[in-house]
Amino acid sequence: MKNEKTYLFDNPKNIKRLMQIFYFCCVVLVILDFVIHRHTMHEWDSLWAFYPVYGFVGCVVLVIVASWMRKFLIRPEDYYDNPDSAEPEEKQLKAKGEHHVDD
Amino acid sequence: MWMIDLPPFSAFFIGALLILCTRGMVRSAVMLAIPILSAIHLSMVPEGIYLQFTLFDYQLTPYRLDKLSLMFGYVFHIAALIGIIYSLHLRDTMQQVSAMLYAGSALGAVFAGDLLTLFVFWELLAFTSVFLIWARRTERSFKAGMRYLIIQVLSGVILLAGTLFYLFENNTLEFGYIGLDNISGWLIFISFGIKCAFPFAHNWLTDAYPEATVTGTVFLSAFTTKVAVYALARAYPGTELLVYIGAAMTCFPIFFAVIENDLRRVLAYSLINQVGFMVVGIGIGTALAINGAVSHAFNDVIFKGLLFMSMGAVLHMTGRMNGSDLGGLYKTMPKTTILCIVGAASISAFPLFSGFVSKSMVMTAAIEQGYDWIWLMLLFASAGVFHHAGIKIPYFAFFAHDSGIRANDPPNNMLLAMAIAAALCIAIGIYPQALYSLLPYDTGYNPYDATHVLAQTQLLFFSALAFVWLNLKGLYPPELRSTHLDFDWVYRRAVPSVLQQAFSVLWRFDRVLRDMIKQRLSACFDFFAGKNDRISILLSQKYPSGSMALWVVVILATYLLLSIVR
Repeated sequence: MKNEKTYLFDNPKNIKRLMQIFYFCCVVLVILDFVIHRHTMHEWDSLWAFYPVYGFVGCVVLVIVASWMRKFLIRPEDYYDNPDSAEPEEKQLKAKGEHHVDD
Repeated sequence: MWMIDLPPFSAFFIGALLILCTRGMVRSAVMLAIPILSAIHLSMVPEGIYLQFTLFDYQLTPYRLDKLSLMFGYVFHIAALIGIIYSLHLRDTMQQVSAMLYAGSALGAVFAGDLLTLFVFWELLAFTSVFLIWARRTERSFKAGMRYLIIQVLSGVILLAGTLFYLFENNTLEFGYIGLDNISGWLIFISFGIKCAFPFAHNWLTDAYPEATVTGTVFLSAFTTKVAVYALARAYPGTELLVYIGAAMTCFPIFFAVIENDLRRVLAYSLINQVGFMVVGIGIGTALAINGAVSHAFNDVIFKGLLFMSMGAVLHMTGRMNGSDLGGLYKTMPKTTILCIVGAASISAFPLFSGFVSKSMVMTAAIEQGYDWIWLMLLFASAGVFHHAGIKIPYFAFFAHDSGIRANDPPNNMLLAMAIAAALCIAIGIYPQALYSLLPYDTGYNPYDATHVLAQTQLLFFSALAFVWLNLKGLYPPELRSTHLDFDWVYRRAVPSVLQQAFSVLWRFDRVLRDMIKQRLSACFDFFAGKNDRISILLSQKYPSGSMALWVVVILATYLLLSIVR
């Protein structure tokens, strides 16, 4: 694998350049709010930078809530596959003694 | 022309028979020809009712054509053709036949003019599609298919019950506006709701679709839920309850999608989210909203198909589907990457892609009708869908950390199918008037005004900014090998274990009760036997004759008693 071809994003410079373009676009989009006259349909979206703020905050809240949900929703990958999971191995170990070897 | 009477599903059913009798190239040719010929035929048929007969005094209409059903008819033909091209490399008769029958059933359902015909195709949809899940031939897929089948058939049974009530109440079987005024209305509503993946009835979808075969999921994602959307649009337009159900459907799945590891399951969650937009549109019920719902269904079939195809290509080439195992695939699968990004841009409703021209109609209709909070929820869901389907899917599959997998682009037929879907996504996005001309109502809606384009672009770019920021801060939940509990936990874990416990208690109680009764009974027998012995000995020394004498006395006494009573 030593002589493997380097690809577009293997070079950190390319990633940096892409991100700079992206940040620039974000700034331009907010500035456009002043340039383009928007005919708004509701009091909320006539607020300055309503959509950018809503999009950003909405997504941060989404991810934070989802990560919090994960704390009590996560189970092992084979949770549904073995009918009496709930740490079956530990139970078996307790029943057999820790150093028991199945023969 | 006699051909005009031929409903589109018959072409597909005949096609399935032909597939059974052919092999190799001939079979491929037949499979490709069926949807193309059927679509040409359909485009020549004017609106109206084409097939009608009477059964036990009731009018049945198995083939009815109007603008609403025609729209779904067209997109199902497109989906069938794309799906067939995508699966041309397969050598699996079971999948090919069932895919053909499944597409035919979906067409039968949308052109059904009465509830009984609808019921028949409703059940056929379930029975034909389950083989696409079982075709994976693993124990996991078999069980998932079984659960899928049970729920789908249950939906059909409820539909039949609703149909019978409807017949009793209205004395007709015609499938038109139903509404929620009677029991029949509610039963049919619930039946449609199950197939439409309403909250708490949505798990058949997230459970079964990721377990199906690579090509099977592409077919599955196109038909079942869209038939349910069509049925709702036909029978319950303007039902306010649907607005709230739809809004819930757009929001809750995105939380699960963010933490889910199986990328096809992420897409299944985002399928529910997209169907939610359609359900909201149907609930609002204005011309613009219905147009939005129908056109979004049309677009969703194509871009969701494209996303499932690109993930299917990854699964086909690498054998892996978990975000935690993938990454860096853009290096050797550049074409798939680009096609996947087109799908992602479409589902996220970027301007110039197909999602934008249909989703915005529903959003505009919501705010026009004064559903402010619903509009905010839809906006949140739009940002969220970009987050999980627009960024997460391509990012974790094709970029992110390099997994070291060096798989090539998939076979040409797969690439061609994806390219057709991607071309349609872009074409509809750039020239939406072609799509709008097919819609049931003429609203003169134009998605491309400066306000709209700017607002949507801002929303999406700043959602992306949030993703970048969270990733840099390390706050983004990592992809973990895991199962996440959802409502299906109730019927896959809670109810079985509660039942198990309940039955074990019940059996124990039953054992105790039986033992007790047995003891009492044997004590009783002992007691009577003892008495009997003593009395018999009084009458005779010999035990049998004594006993007989006793019973003769008992019988005579009874006889005497009866004669007195009379």
